[in-house]
This record gives sequence, structure tokens and C-alpha cells, in this order.
Amino acid sequence: MPEPAKIRDPLDMPEQRRVIDRTIDEFMHLPGAAMVVLNNLQGRIGYITKPMQAYIAERMNVPLSKIHGVVSFYSFFTTEPRGKHVVKFCIGTACYVGGAEQLIDKTKQVLGINPGQTTPDGMITVEVCRCVGACSQAPVIVVDDLNHGKMQATRINNVINQILQSEAVSAA
Amino acid sequence: MKKLNSLDDLARFSQHSQDLNALKNSNEAAILVSVDPVCIAKGAEAIKDALVAALADAGLGNIAVYEVTHIGNPEKEGPDILVYPRETHYVRLVKADVPEIVNAIKTDTVVTRLELPLPVVKDEELHDPEPKEVRVILESIGKLNPLAIEDSIANGAYGSLAKVLGEMQPDEVIETVLASKLRGRGGAGFPTGLKWKFVRQAPGDEKYLVCNADEGDPGAFMNRKVLEGDPHAVIEGMAIAAYATGARQAYVYCRAEYPIAVNTMNLAIDQARRLGLLGENILGTDFSFDLEVRMGAGAFVCGEETALLASIEGGRGEPRVRPPFPAQKGLWDKPTNINNVETYANVPKIIGRGVDWYSSMGTEKSKGTKTFALAGDAANTGLIEVPFGITLREIIYDIGGGIRGGKKYKAVQTGGPMGGCLPEKYLDLPVDYETLGQAGSIMGSGGMVVMDEDTCMVDIARFFMEFTQDESCGKCIPCRVGTRRILETLQRICKGEGKPEDIPLLKELCEETKQDSLCGLGQGAAGPVISTMEHFMAEYEAHIYDKKCPAKVCRDLIEFSISDNCTGCTSCARYCPTNAITGERKEKHVIDSSICIRCGICHNVCKFDAIVIE
Repeated sequence: MPEPAKIRDPLDMPEQRRVIDRTIDEFMHLPGAAMVVLNNLQGRIGYITKPMQAYIAERMNVPLSKIHGVVSFYSFFTTEPRGKHVVKFCIGTACYVGGAEQLIDKTKQVLGINPGQTTPDGMITVEVCRCVGACSQAPVIVVDDLNHGKMQATRINNVINQILQSEAVSAA
Repeated sequence: MKKLNSLDDLARFSQHSQDLNALKNSNEAAILVSVDPVCIAKGAEAIKDALVAALADAGLGNIAVYEVTHIGNPEKEGPDILVYPRETHYVRLVKADVPEIVNAIKTDTVVTRLELPLPVVKDEELHDPEPKEVRVILESIGKLNPLAIEDSIANGAYGSLAKVLGEMQPDEVIETVLASKLRGRGGAGFPTGLKWKFVRQAPGDEKYLVCNADEGDPGAFMNRKVLEGDPHAVIEGMAIAAYATGARQAYVYCRAEYPIAVNTMNLAIDQARRLGLLGENILGTDFSFDLEVRMGAGAFVCGEETALLASIEGGRGEPRVRPPFPAQKGLWDKPTNINNVETYANVPKIIGRGVDWYSSMGTEKSKGTKTFALAGDAANTGLIEVPFGITLREIIYDIGGGIRGGKKYKAVQTGGPMGGCLPEKYLDLPVDYETLGQAGSIMGSGGMVVMDEDTCMVDIARFFMEFTQDESCGKCIPCRVGTRRILETLQRICKGEGKPEDIPLLKELCEETKQDSLCGLGQGAAGPVISTMEHFMAEYEAHIYDKKCPAKVCRDLIEFSISDNCTGCTSCARYCPTNAITGERKEKHVIDSSICIRCGICHNVCKFDAIVIE
């Protein structure tokens, strides 16, 4: 059986490798550095692969189990790349009673994927998250760090189309 | 920007900042130049020098040029300046733009190609105070620019720190806070002064201070607003606490879901440091103190203090047994004082305005005010601040405007996932730490989600348990297993598969999880289940015995159909996420219940009240 095409690890890409090294150098001497290094790498690279975890552990001279333990404990750390755009559904109390589930149902139909999945073209990842703290605007969805409040199922199509259109424009 | 080296320097700078603020309402000509570090890197200082020289050459040497910490977004708009009296905002300047700007000032015109009006932001979360509110913590939010420290200082920020450094011994500060009866705003309500005293008395020279800004309760966002809107109140409160307890280094632990709060705090800390309000020998005294922001990464349990400390130390955020309490053995095993954002923000007010003023508000045991995030089905949602002792009815009806759409009140959920749901009979309960606890809920950090008659309380209990089960860190078995068993039972009941013996089973599981769990998360996890069982047992019974969901929420217990009211407008069919609705235009539509997922979108979009839920 042929091996599935491997995604190149950020460690094997010179530019990303430099970002990783710079991040480790910048923060490794702080007290409690592991969280700071990982938070920054999650932000700068977008995910933290197993080889990256091993590399961080070696550079920081801590056991890999510690780094992996931290990465696997916190829900913000991901080990795989996400889509180019991320649509997050807040399911805090106010959003839940405000109908967040309907929004997710509608999105499943529009994009054909469940929360936690990415569209096959790698364009959009759908996630749910615990309260984003914008409860007076419930229900809220977050598109690439921008909150959209008082969302309705009837507007989901427009929101998704806006993302796709902005991509089409930037591609052209 | 020069460092402030004495208490007098601060007083002078405060006056200077007030003068700058007064420019807004005067007809005086003046120029403000942003000296944000990003703007400086892009040449702001050279632009300032060029402006001064060009004004002099043009015979406008009387127009003053001032440095300010922040105007517009430095990354996108810097270097930028504000020109009074028109308050024209010029952006992305280079030195070559200066003659044109000076010429425009001389001719009283505007260089339109460089102008970018400052945005007017409408705050949807903080409205003008209602008559029954008392704003102390939220007082300045929205009225000052949190990104420019001068604005806060003009408003009195760091005045209480100066008073403490100039006039008070650490023990006096602690006595003052004790006398004010300030209690921890994170939810537990422990006397703040007492905690400070424990930390001060703990042996050792190395002590830490931590601000718990991991506001994880769904439905709560008061702390975010304070961090984003009045960051210097928190920094000043922490500096005073550090002086009182003997800590030199502090951390603000903020959840990763609050990127704007993190950025605002970082900017505020940087500005305070540049002015010498943080760092070595603050205001020329021998008091040294610094702080930094540490970010969480999406773990609710990190709001628990020992888990939070483990996370700052760089590890998994797992709680540990107390005692020893953090005041004895906290961050890196050193004595550590942990308070919530709102607790720290109260401190400068108490020092500044005095104990008598502070304790004139509230009840016998709960003094001062409390911020609440009013959300859910209240007509007016947003942040509010009220004195302790106000009733739930006053909060929900007088301030919140009652229930949206004229529906009937069912419950208010306070205290987040560790809290409880209070029915109508508690509406006249005066709100303080003790009474909410006696009613079977908790104060918590201040989330208040109002629920109307369309909310299923069994489903709400299931929702919270799903949250808590997911966020249980797994360290102790009662919480890890208990929450899962409770969740499974609730899921079964919501599906119509509940059995009569599920009720005693739930009670037993709740009791054991509460009694035996290691930390507050597990101990409080059963709260929403216990309180809904106590006040809404009839709903549980309807699910179990009649297989009905009275609020028509639980999807396995309801059916959707379309009545003769249908006009065939096709709206429902268009928005149905599973294409379960069919029908010709202008003819009655039909729902195929084998495809229908009972999401209720059709019910929401139908303008003719034709969707029937049974």
C-alpha cells in the first residue's frame, strides 16, 4: 500500500523552523516557560506537532512527557493544522439558551462538516468553544477572531459566503 | 516620556494629563504626538521635532506639541498625531508630510489625504446606568481611553498608590482593607484583608501576587470588561496589595479567549513601566514591584486557584489539596496572594474614598457593590453594577427590563456551572454571598443568565453537566467519574429513556461528587442538578414518567408539524437544515419527521405561527 502523502512538519520548513527557534530562545528562560513557549508557538505556527514537542523538550531540557502533558491538557493547543479560516460557535450558557445548537445544525448543512472538522479544501474549520464572554450579544459566533453577535440560523449562509468571497477576491 | 520619580512628579503629571483632556472642550490649538513604542520605531520622535521646528518657522511657535502614549492603532496608523482644536487625526505620517500639516493649521484647513477620523465605538455591553445601579468598578469604563495611561491618571489613577506609599505602613493598608470588609469577588467571598494578612505574616522574603483573570464561567464577562476598559485600576490595586503583602513580582493570569483583554493589559503594563509606576523604586520610594500577563489555554479548571498556580508554573492545570493554602505555599512554593480582577479593582477606590464610604454600601456581611453580567432572556442584557442587598427582582425587572417578548420568568441562573437556578419564589431575595448560598445557588463571579418559560430545566442541568464533565481535569475520581455518571443519567432522561430510580440515583451521585471531590469544580459540579431537582422536580418527572418535555426543548421528546395557518411562503423550507420540509409555493407545507432533527429553525422563521411543536 502506498504511504499517504505526508504533510511536512514545520520543523522541516526553514522559515517556520526559524520562528520556532526564535520563540524558544525568546521565552525559555522565563519562570514557568513551557506554557509561554507553547502559547506563542500555537499563535505563530498555528499548531504543535509531535516532532515539534520533542524538539521543544530537548531545547528546553525538560522531559517530553512534560511538554506533551501540557499540550494535551489544554484545549487551545492543537497538533494538526486547522483550516485557513476558523468559525467558532460559542456554546456558553447565554448562547446555548439563545439557540447556538440551531446555528451549528445549519452550518453542518452549509459546509457538510461537523464541529472539529475542516472542509476538504482546507478552507474552513468549524469548532465549538466554551464561553467567549460576549454573553449580552448571544448567540455569538467567532469568525477568525471577529465576533458576530445576535447570530441567526438564517444568516449563517451569508457569513460563510462572505468568507468564501473574500478568499475568491484575494485569489484573483 | 519621562519617568515619574516622586509623588510630586505624579501630581504634576496628573495635572498635565487633565490639561490635555481639557483641550477636547476648548478652542485652543495644540498638537498631540503618539509616542507608542511602535510609533517611535517608525520615526514619531523625528516627526515631533520637525513639527516643532516648522511651527516656529511659520510663526506658530505658540502652539504646543505634547507627547501622549497612544492615539490610534500604532501598527496600522502610526505614526499618528491629533491636531486641536479641530481634533484632526493624521495617520501614517512621514517627515515630509509635516510642512503640509503646518500649512493646513495656518490656513485652518485639513490635509484630507492624511486624515483618518477616530472611530466612534458604540458599546453594546455597557449602557448608561439604570437608576438602581451604583457604579464603582464600572464607573470610568467607556469614559476614558484605556490605551492611554494619561487618561486614567487624569481621572485619578495611581492616586491611591501614591497615598499608600506616602502615608501608610503595610499593616495600615491591611487594616483598612479589613475594616472595609471587602470580600473576594471571585465567588467564594473570603475576606480580602485577612488573606493579605496571612501572606504578609507568612515566613520568607520571596512572595508573589496573582490576579485571577481566568473568567471561565459561561455567562460571565465582567472581568473582561474591567481589564479592557480600566486596566490601570487593576494594576494599581495589585501594586497596593503587593505593598501590603510584601510581594515584588505579580502575574495576571488571563484566559486565552480574551485576546483584547490580554493586549490591553500588556499595553497598560508597558505604559505604567515607562512612567516608573511599575519596576524598581516606584515614584522614588524603596517600593519595587513588577507584573506580567500569563495566558491560559482553554482550561476551565485553571480558574481554581491551585490549578491556576500550576498553570503559571508551566504545567498541566491540575488542582491540589488545600491546605497548605497559597498564602502559605503558592507559586513556586512561596507565599502567594491570589485575588480576582474585581477584588483588586475595588482596592484603589477603598483607599481613595475611605472605609466609611465603602461600607455604607451593601449589607451587614457583604459590603460594597458587585458587577453582574446580565444575559439570556432579559430584555436589556449587558453589564450592571449594584450594591449588595438589592433583590433579584430589582435586578431582573427594574434594571433588566423584565423578560424579553413579554414571556414568563422561569429561573435565573447564578454562579455559572457551579451555581444554581433560582425560581420565581426567590425573586425578592436580597443578593449577597450568604442568601444566595442559602437558596441553593452561589454568588460565583457574577454571571446571571435569565431564563424564560421556553427553557427546559432538565436540559439546562444536562448542558451544565456536559460542560463540567468536559472540563473535569481527571485528577480525582469522584469528579472524573461522578460527573460522567450524572451526565449519562441526564442524557438518558432527556432522551425519554429515564427510569423512576434515576431520581434517587442522581441525588446520590450528586451528593457523593459534592462531598468527595478534590477541588471546587467537582464540589460544585452538581449544583445545577441539585437546584433544578429541588425547584423543578415536576419537569424531571414529566420527562421520566410521561416522556414529555414541558418546555418543548428536548429533541427526542417533541414532534414538529405544520398547521393550516401555513400560507406556503416557503421560508421554513428554505432554512430547514435537513431539507425535511416540502411543499409548493402558496400551498400548505409538510414536515417529514423521519428527516426532521427538531432544531426549531422553522418555528423561529415562520411568521404565521404555523409550526406546531408537540
